[in-house]
Amino acid sequence: MSPSNHAPVDSLLEVRNLSVAFEVNGREIPILQDVSFSLASRQTLGIVGESGSGKSVTALSLLKLIRRPPLLTMSGEILYRGKDLVELPSGEMRAIRGKEIAFIFQEPMTALNPVLTIGDQITEMIRAHERAGKKDARMRALQLLMEVGMSAPQMRMKSYPHELSGGMRQRAMIAMAISCNPSILIADEPTTALDVTIQAQILDLFRKLKDERRMSMLFITHDLGVIAEIADEVLVMHEGSVKEYAGVEDLFLAPKHPYTQKLLSLLPGRLPT
Amino acid sequence: MFRNKLSYVGAVILCLFVLSALLAPWLAPCDPYAISLSEQLARPSAAHLLGQDGNGADILSRLLYGGRISFAVGVTVVFFSGGIGVFLGLLSGYHGGLLDMILMRVVDILLAFPGLLLAIALVAVLGPNMSNVVLALTVMGWVSFARLVRGQVLSVKERDYIQAARTSGQSDLRIMLAHVLPNVLSPVIVQATFSVAGVIVAEASLSFLGLGAPPGTPSWGAMLSEGKQVLLEAPHVSIFPGLAIMLVVLSINFLGDGLRDHFDPRVSRT
Repeated sequence: MSPSNHAPVDSLLEVRNLSVAFEVNGREIPILQDVSFSLASRQTLGIVGESGSGKSVTALSLLKLIRRPPLLTMSGEILYRGKDLVELPSGEMRAIRGKEIAFIFQEPMTALNPVLTIGDQITEMIRAHERAGKKDARMRALQLLMEVGMSAPQMRMKSYPHELSGGMRQRAMIAMAISCNPSILIADEPTTALDVTIQAQILDLFRKLKDERRMSMLFITHDLGVIAEIADEVLVMHEGSVKEYAGVEDLFLAPKHPYTQKLLSLLPGRLPT
Repeated sequence: MFRNKLSYVGAVILCLFVLSALLAPWLAPCDPYAISLSEQLARPSAAHLLGQDGNGADILSRLLYGGRISFAVGVTVVFFSGGIGVFLGLLSGYHGGLLDMILMRVVDILLAFPGLLLAIALVAVLGPNMSNVVLALTVMGWVSFARLVRGQVLSVKERDYIQAARTSGQSDLRIMLAHVLPNVLSPVIVQATFSVAGVIVAEASLSFLGLGAPPGTPSWGAMLSEGKQVLLEAPHVSIFPGLAIMLVVLSINFLGDGLRDHFDPRVSRT
């Protein structure tokens, strides 16, 4: 299953037949079935699907962040730079989280620690992965806040999350995510909690950072409009499996799977074809 | 910082008591150990503002010195029991599983004893002196901290920002100390305040029963105990230490109420 127009020669992340099952009340429930995709360097892969389609579980599985229970089994391969993450011991896995593959959550309000200042949280993140002195780390945190376009960054370093607006919180989250120069950024519905104008600004920021920092991105959303704007390739998921995997233009112009066709026909403002 | 006047009053009274205990050597009009058998049970007078006890020692001076014992025991016990309780509660709540099971059963067992009874038994076995009192009250005290912290940790560790910290590759130890601990600290501070009051009463109770400070030491509980034999003829011998205990405990509790309101997010902050 590979997008028709693109052969993943220099793929950074390659997921093959990822299957995940949960145990719920003693019963085995399949959550993901044979999910396969690849992410080339400097590319953006959009994962789209409705609630419960397995988008977030896919993303969390990549970093092996699903705890047991409920996790029962996880099979398949997750090759990051040729290394299989499924088999990786937890210590090495921790070195990859945040450092190689960073994660941005949907709700910037709840994903930031309410009792620590923005500056402290970014500093913590840097010092979790690098032997940086406190002063150096704070300097870098400040630079990061400037890079993500935070207004009055000097002041924001000392702000607590509840003192920031939703857009600023998401910028702070992004600054934290890119603080250790990851090569892959996974964003799980990063704009869903924001209003439309802020959403556009954040999407611009993602594009800018991706180009400047030469990152690959895995962008999870249920919003096809966002996908059209940001993704190079798209993975359409439904009920835990991949329904369609195609380049973004192919997907919008010539959807192959009936589920994708139906999904697209439900887009507001789209002329019936 | 304080929402109601009562907690202000509590803080002021408590400060006065703490200061007077700290400055006891300079404030005390007499030597608290000086015996004057001719003036046994003398009523309050100009020379001895709160009167004299069964040995003729100045009650005011003894109260000032007694405050040092009460506060020292209160703070030491809460420091150790709080430290142990917070540490074990964090571990138990964060890791869960078998460790949590075992620790919480130990807590259940300790909570099953009427608190003071266990302390009495411990001191009786180990021998009545101040360090054993501190030890016994610590053994008794850490459980409530552990239970409180564990409960808080159970709810905090499911929050998104803990998941986010895990996602960013931070180690469990770092997450516990940098992310979980600061979020559970405010109820711990409130609990610690109330605990100081509880420990002061417990120390006084043990001393009253002769299980605390050695005889002759100016401890509030022991003074109360000495006064009980002469309660009818010389009530001032027990009234003043009793008042001291009551005032200190009451002011600590008022302060604790204020702190609780202050930390409670449901009470809007101005």
